Amino acid sequence: MYIWALLILPLFSAVLITLVTRRHKDLSSYISIGAVLACFFIVLPIFLRFVGAPHTEHLEGSFRWIGVPGMLVEIGYLIDPLSVLMLFIVTFVGTLIHIYSRGYMHDDPGYSRFFACLSLFIFSMLGIVLANNLIMIYIFWELVGLSSYLLIGFYFEKPAASDAAKKAFLVNRIGDFGFALGICVIFYASGTFNFLEIAHQVHAGHLSPNTMLLGSLLLFCGAVGKSAQFPLHVWLPDAMEGPTPVSALIHAATMVAAGVYMLARISFLLYAAPPAATTVIAYTGAITALGAALLALGQSDIKRVIAFSTLSSLGYMVMSVGVGSATAGMFYLMTHAFFKALLFLCAGSVIHACHTNDIWHMGALSPKLKITATTFILGSLAMMGVFPFSGFWSKDEILSAAFANGDMVLYGAGVLTAFITGIFMTKLILVTFFGKKRYHGSPHESPPSMTIPLIILAVFAVFVGLVGIPSLHPNFGSFLGLHGAEHGAEHGFNMTVAISSTIVVFAGIIIGFLTYYTGTIDPDKMYKRFRGPYRLLENRFYIDHFYDNFIVAKIYNQVARISTFIEVNIIIHFCINGPAYLIRHAGLFLRSTITGGVQHYTFFMVTGVVVLIIVYALT
Amino acid sequence: MEGFPIISAIILAPLIAVIILIFVNDKDHGLIHGIAVVATSIPLALSLYLLFAYDMAKGGYQFEENIPWVKSMGINYHVGVDGISIAMVLLTSIVIFTAVFVSWKGITHRVKEHYIFLLLLVAGVFGVFTSLDLLCFYFFYELAVIPMYPLIGIWGSANREYATMKLTLYLSLGAVFAMLGILSIYFVAGAQTGHYTFDMVQLSQVTLARGYQIKVFLPLLIGFGVLVPLAPFHSWSPIGHAAAPSAVSMLHAGVLMKIGAYGILRVGMGLLPEGAAFWMPVVAILCLINIFYGGMVAMARKDMKFMVGYSSSSHMGYVLLGFATLNHIGVNGAVLLMFAHGIMTALAFSLIGFIYDQTHTRMMYDLRGLAGKLPFVAIAFAVMAFASSGLPGLANFVAEVMIFVGAFKDYPVQVVISVFMIIVTATYMLRAIKSVFFCEAMERWEGIKDANGFVEKFPFIILIAVLFIVGFYPSILLDIINSGVDTLLARIPVLPPS
Repeated sequence: MYIWALLILPLFSAVLITLVTRRHKDLSSYISIGAVLACFFIVLPIFLRFVGAPHTEHLEGSFRWIGVPGMLVEIGYLIDPLSVLMLFIVTFVGTLIHIYSRGYMHDDPGYSRFFACLSLFIFSMLGIVLANNLIMIYIFWELVGLSSYLLIGFYFEKPAASDAAKKAFLVNRIGDFGFALGICVIFYASGTFNFLEIAHQVHAGHLSPNTMLLGSLLLFCGAVGKSAQFPLHVWLPDAMEGPTPVSALIHAATMVAAGVYMLARISFLLYAAPPAATTVIAYTGAITALGAALLALGQSDIKRVIAFSTLSSLGYMVMSVGVGSATAGMFYLMTHAFFKALLFLCAGSVIHACHTNDIWHMGALSPKLKITATTFILGSLAMMGVFPFSGFWSKDEILSAAFANGDMVLYGAGVLTAFITGIFMTKLILVTFFGKKRYHGSPHESPPSMTIPLIILAVFAVFVGLVGIPSLHPNFGSFLGLHGAEHGAEHGFNMTVAISSTIVVFAGIIIGFLTYYTGTIDPDKMYKRFRGPYRLLENRFYIDHFYDNFIVAKIYNQVARISTFIEVNIIIHFCINGPAYLIRHAGLFLRSTITGGVQHYTFFMVTGVVVLIIVYALT
Repeated sequence: MEGFPIISAIILAPLIAVIILIFVNDKDHGLIHGIAVVATSIPLALSLYLLFAYDMAKGGYQFEENIPWVKSMGINYHVGVDGISIAMVLLTSIVIFTAVFVSWKGITHRVKEHYIFLLLLVAGVFGVFTSLDLLCFYFFYELAVIPMYPLIGIWGSANREYATMKLTLYLSLGAVFAMLGILSIYFVAGAQTGHYTFDMVQLSQVTLARGYQIKVFLPLLIGFGVLVPLAPFHSWSPIGHAAAPSAVSMLHAGVLMKIGAYGILRVGMGLLPEGAAFWMPVVAILCLINIFYGGMVAMARKDMKFMVGYSSSSHMGYVLLGFATLNHIGVNGAVLLMFAHGIMTALAFSLIGFIYDQTHTRMMYDLRGLAGKLPFVAIAFAVMAFASSGLPGLANFVAEVMIFVGAFKDYPVQVVISVFMIIVTATYMLRAIKSVFFCEAMERWEGIKDANGFVEKFPFIILIAVLFIVGFYPSILLDIINSGVDTLLARIPVLPPS
């Protein structure tokens, strides 16, 4: 029963803050922090129990939510290593970010509203993780979308923020369009929404390959939206309009990773479906990873750079699922949650100090912000995947899986992404914290409520990768024990992959160093020489442009306009008012014959009689 | 409450209030409002009682009252409820109860007459949803339609003469078609059994020839379809909403449109099961026009009332798609959507009315940044918008999911388009939120005030609460709806013959 508390506490907190305590800022923040902390302490013993004995039977509990003949929907939980891991990440990172927000948001007029939304988010996110069936995951999937909408649009007076919120919600809806249809397909084929029952049917071979292919690809659409994969990646960079803790929690560590979690949850289906399914997934991931890394090069807003790096990481995770290792994807998800939350919170701390997002208005901040700078560098090293930081182990797992899968295009994309990541992360560190002073005013280090979470996250960002060392047994992979990841699971530690990726990353770092620190490579000259490609990057490959000006303006709005034209002119004016007009005028015309004058009537009568006589005479 | 005529009490409470109101001084607004509140809270309390007292295990029609009216022609005052009617009666009583509170500030002239017509209308609606006699059904239907004419004509806004004339003509036209079908069933079934009756319970036991059922279903479908409104007979509805005062818009979209759907279900599917099985695939195609075209027109509308009006016609298309499935999942979903959509549009029109009363515009681009000024209204509007775009936790979601799941087997194309249209709904709803409530506030709207105090907030709170309760705990209605749908579907041939 205590597992339901994971949903009830944050929901209760959100409701309580909204209805009762919204005028008391501190109280509201304590309620919200208390709720997420309580969740963490509920999760911790379960997590430790599973770590101690990974092959513990999963726990499942549910109650009937909708029941009509032919359709049963439950609200239930499924506790297995996968969900326990995710619960741990969400509640742990969530708690730290809640604490950080107390400092970061301190004099915002919407303080209580912010914490209410955070609690709503934790509720929805835990719902996704706990869900034991497709409808329930869809429900909470939409609810995280709602919390994301509310938090991106937190500064709703700003047009950019309200546009970004709308965009995020709608783009996610496009992905959910496929997701919802996928649920229909799976239900039609299997008659159930429950994960374990579907898995059972898949293993028993009750689902035809085509159904599984269609189902997998449609469900994957959901992940494309939520995890911001190409071509639906456009919402995530704009989502940076939200407050920074939100970017860290929702748009880096947890919600955007929900797509990957969902893929891991249905991995039994993906790996049983014809290989076309995983191929599509892998290539979508690879395109996103590489494209986003390139785009990160062209940005100068600290949060946007990190946002594009998040896109790139998400692409990595999705590619990992696609090449057959959902386990590696989840491992990367875990390490990413720590280092990316860290990077965003550091960025928040920098923004807090400088009151700008533009890295060209920073520089030489490291003596002023010692803790922030140090933790940021540690986080970046983890992100780049430098040995022995966490990112190294998780990235290596993915690259090994891609290598073992045998598709060298995917492997090459992965390596190239690592190289570019090296460049832009080095640039970010050097331009923000070192070099010439370009900031105004006197920035100072953030309060302890902000720096302590940074330090804790940094410790995890550095060390958490060690649980996945391939030679260790039991390690992360055996703990998760995902079914169905047969092809590509038995890859182990690949020295060639590890060494080559390390070389590539260092090459990236050196190029970044030469360009943005020593100035050996002059960035301005480079911009001039590659002006075309650079403009392409600055404009995000014109993808947003294409959507706004072609899909929305030319197709979507035109269909709406034509429909309205038909409605107003053809249906209402012509088909409906037209006959009414005719009848009215026919009536007016006939009325003119009713004059009331006896002479007229006599005249018409005599004329009629004469006409009749003539007709009679002629025939 | 054994032996107490609950259903007659529901119908009579507003009628008695009408009679009392006639003798009340028309300057005494407090007393008039008070009478209206009492007259509508009685049906609300009784319909809640019905919800819990109805015996689902037994099913069928309960709380029946049967008094002979014109014996020689087999006309009876026969009323009773099953699960479907209880949901509709509850919907009506919630909407009228809140509509009275909305009119409190919204209506300032001829207050007494306004309530007289409003209560007459609602008595008619209650009658329609509880009648088990076809002639009673028709009688109450006309009782509901006629007061619309003065309500829009006198208290309406721009273009009201045109709107009210169009609306009344359309609704009467629909009634004529439905009457044709009803009379035909009366004579044919009577000739077949030798016992002429308008009693629906008795008529539903007569097995009519399949060819005949197919022929007669059509006028019923057109007649009730005009009310739904089935495209292309829909154009009376958005303009009707736009011209009507808030309370009437609420009833019109929340309840009157559901009468058409209810008629298709109760009279069409109930009396002509094989006719329904024959025509439902056609309905599944026609409803696409509603769903797609209605939604697209809503996209391009800048007047919020028109937007919600076309959106309603789009969402009623989902209801028809649910009917067309002829299976438990889809039909239950459709009935639940009738309820959920009724509450949601009532909320929408009451909010738009509230904004209009203060700003005298409904054009969304004339308004901006109202969230700072009207936080309560902004939240309520957001709840409405999200309910309409099918967000989980609110009632519409459950209903829509059921319709999609139920329809997927037979009508996958329709489901794909319907699910796509949810994105479109979200687009226009979020755009409305953005342009009305977000961004910098305009100086023009300095002086406007948020909903304040019990009378102004209460109706919004009730409607929002209902959306949440049903959204979180749909079984509260679904179980009882299902008991009604069960009986209805039992008589429909399993495989629709092609």
